Amino acid sequence: MSQSSYYREWSSNVGRDVVAGAVVALALIPEAIAFSIIAGVDPKVGLYASFCIAVVIAFVGGRPGMISAATGAMALLMIDLVKDHGLQYLLAATLLTGVLQIFAGLFKLGNLMRFVSRSVVTGFVNALAILIFMAQLPEFKGAGWQMYAMVAAGLIIIYGLPRFTKAVPSPLVCIVALTGFSMMMGLDLRTVGDLGELPSALPTFLLPNVPWNLETLWIILPTAIPLAIVGLLESLMTATIVDDMTDTASDKNRECSGQGIANIVAGMFGGMAGCAMIGQSVINVKSGGRGRLSAFSAGTLLLILIVVLGDWVKQIPMPALVAVMIMVSIGTFSWASFRNFRLHPKSSSIVMVSTVAVVVGTHNLALGVGVGVLLSALFFARKVSQLLEITSELTVDRTARTYRIRGQLFFVSANTFADAFDFREVIQQVRIDVSLAHFWDLTAINALDKVVIKFRREGTAVELVGLNAASKTIVDRLGTHDKPGAMDQLAAH
Amino acid sequence: MSSILSCTDGSVYARSVYDHTAWAAQRMAAAVHILHCLEPRRNPAALTDLSGAIGVDAQAKLTAELVTLDEARARVAQAHARAILADAERHLAAAGLTCVMGEAIHGELTDAITRFDATADLVVIGKRGEHADFAKLHLGGNLERVIRSCHHPVLVASRAFAPIERVLVAFDGGPSSRAAIDFAVTNPLMRGFSLHLLHVGNPNPELQSSLEAARSQLAAAGFVVAADVVPGDVEQVIVDTVKKESVNLLVMGAYGHSRIRQFIVGSTTTTMVRTCQIPVLMFR
Repeated sequence: MSQSSYYREWSSNVGRDVVAGAVVALALIPEAIAFSIIAGVDPKVGLYASFCIAVVIAFVGGRPGMISAATGAMALLMIDLVKDHGLQYLLAATLLTGVLQIFAGLFKLGNLMRFVSRSVVTGFVNALAILIFMAQLPEFKGAGWQMYAMVAAGLIIIYGLPRFTKAVPSPLVCIVALTGFSMMMGLDLRTVGDLGELPSALPTFLLPNVPWNLETLWIILPTAIPLAIVGLLESLMTATIVDDMTDTASDKNRECSGQGIANIVAGMFGGMAGCAMIGQSVINVKSGGRGRLSAFSAGTLLLILIVVLGDWVKQIPMPALVAVMIMVSIGTFSWASFRNFRLHPKSSSIVMVSTVAVVVGTHNLALGVGVGVLLSALFFARKVSQLLEITSELTVDRTARTYRIRGQLFFVSANTFADAFDFREVIQQVRIDVSLAHFWDLTAINALDKVVIKFRREGTAVELVGLNAASKTIVDRLGTHDKPGAMDQLAAH
Repeated sequence: MSSILSCTDGSVYARSVYDHTAWAAQRMAAAVHILHCLEPRRNPAALTDLSGAIGVDAQAKLTAELVTLDEARARVAQAHARAILADAERHLAAAGLTCVMGEAIHGELTDAITRFDATADLVVIGKRGEHADFAKLHLGGNLERVIRSCHHPVLVASRAFAPIERVLVAFDGGPSSRAAIDFAVTNPLMRGFSLHLLHVGNPNPELQSSLEAARSQLAAAGFVVAADVVPGDVEQVIVDTVKKESVNLLVMGAYGHSRIRQFIVGSTTTTMVRTCQIPVLMFR
């Protein structure tokens, strides 16, 4: 990309970017705290991560206007590592995640996103929304009616206030109002301060305090790999969403490396791994943010707010946080997918639901996407295999039959193809016309070989006509029937 | 048949761009391709929702909203583009040109130039565009980028067209100066003009000889030509000479040697193009 367009991505929308960045920063604070809680680390880990990632990605990302920070999808993958080995290993895993993502960018793995179908993407965002929602449920456990009432009041503020004014961020009003109310009434609610340390200063550069040996690598690798994959998946999906919303293009491979660099910086400053956030990016675009400056100002403001207002942030009661997170999960979920059950093909719905089910079952978005992609591929193979039509006709003197094959021949359709021939018929000659067929793989060639050889064993002469150029090359390379000793070879199978 | 790419944006410079285009097209007997770019949204759709709340199907609703806003604006931009092109075609037809094609495309002007550059022998562009503010005394933001991205001569139109007779060629002996001399000799655009080759800087034998070679090449092609070496500040000397000799067209090279290099595309060029109130023909 040229320098001038990079410059424009910073400067073309300054006023709106700063304002949108402020709205996003206010929404990022509760999220970063909530995701730290999910991961089982102090809120400052998520807040430092959000600051580092948002600011670094503003410079090195490939999708201006997209917001990246500490995320729920990533937090869910860290739980076991934090529980078993502690924060320092999480930071080391964060560094490794960054390195893996940079390699993904260098090897242009962003292009692999084209194998992720629309249904898988929908499944991913729905699963993510469900997980964020489910992560809030433990907060209700053993809580009194006050908790429920406060969350309800918070949601009413969040969704009610924009009906009156759109000039102030309603989640912020929700947090301020609930915090004020709970402090005044002296309600006995858990607060953010109860959950762990908040940042009181700027993050400092510090390498993770772990032994730098293979043993450590084997501990962090099983976490770092899914972190890298999920981070890239969510980032690239979000990038596509922002592309669509703003009608502009983004550089996906640059985004991959950018996420990697951002995670490395986060890991070095005591933050956990993160990635792009669908909800926050939507909020950013909605507030008018389009350029790199929006992510930069969001990150910077987040840190300023948290350092300056730390004592107040401590007082935020959990119901305020829970209400904001419920809003994020509602906003992330694709509610249209319920309606689409009726409209979309069944196979798409199955892919979507399977993706959701696997993620909710395993809490691992990478596995869900893997299953979704696999299912999409299988459904596609099955659909294409149906593009096969075999007809035949007998000559008037009943000594020869012509089979006409039309369509795609590959491992899925090979059996249908082989079964379409009538070997019981006593006939002198068979013509197999494949001029409208395409042979894709070894299985299809093998099926053709078997058919030809079987006819020859019945004493029928076989003539193969109309192999198109593409089929012919693969037949030449893999086929055996036209080479000496074909019968023996096939018999050996 | 040679071809001229004429870039318009309907700004106050547009008329002058058409006049310069018509002048060049008549001299070169060239076909004219008028290009108007509908630049991608310089400002995002005007949403003023700072509520930061995302509800049911937030993303789908936001997308739909933005599409509606963009659609409305793009329709206006399209109608505007049609009007601009119709005006351009009318203007050029009135000047007696017959081979004119107007085209509007989406995208940045620089990208468009890179695309059409290959087929054009000359690119005409205004000194300032509709987005440049006169008060700020700064050149059209596109101008510099266009000159950078263009491989053909670029004629930068001044505010108003004036008949051209006397031409000042800023000569630095570099490849772009060579290109300018070759263009003058082979292309009918400058035929019959009186040319003044000017090198600003201290004389040295190598430069003297290339200046003399250029002079004799031009003289052999039938030009009335003078050649000078004047020491001093490039900008100042050229601006003074333009005024003193009432030059109508300044020819200079982009990316030449020495100081000319910065002065072409750096801030010095900007000053040059701004202070000389005459059209400038740039070579790479």
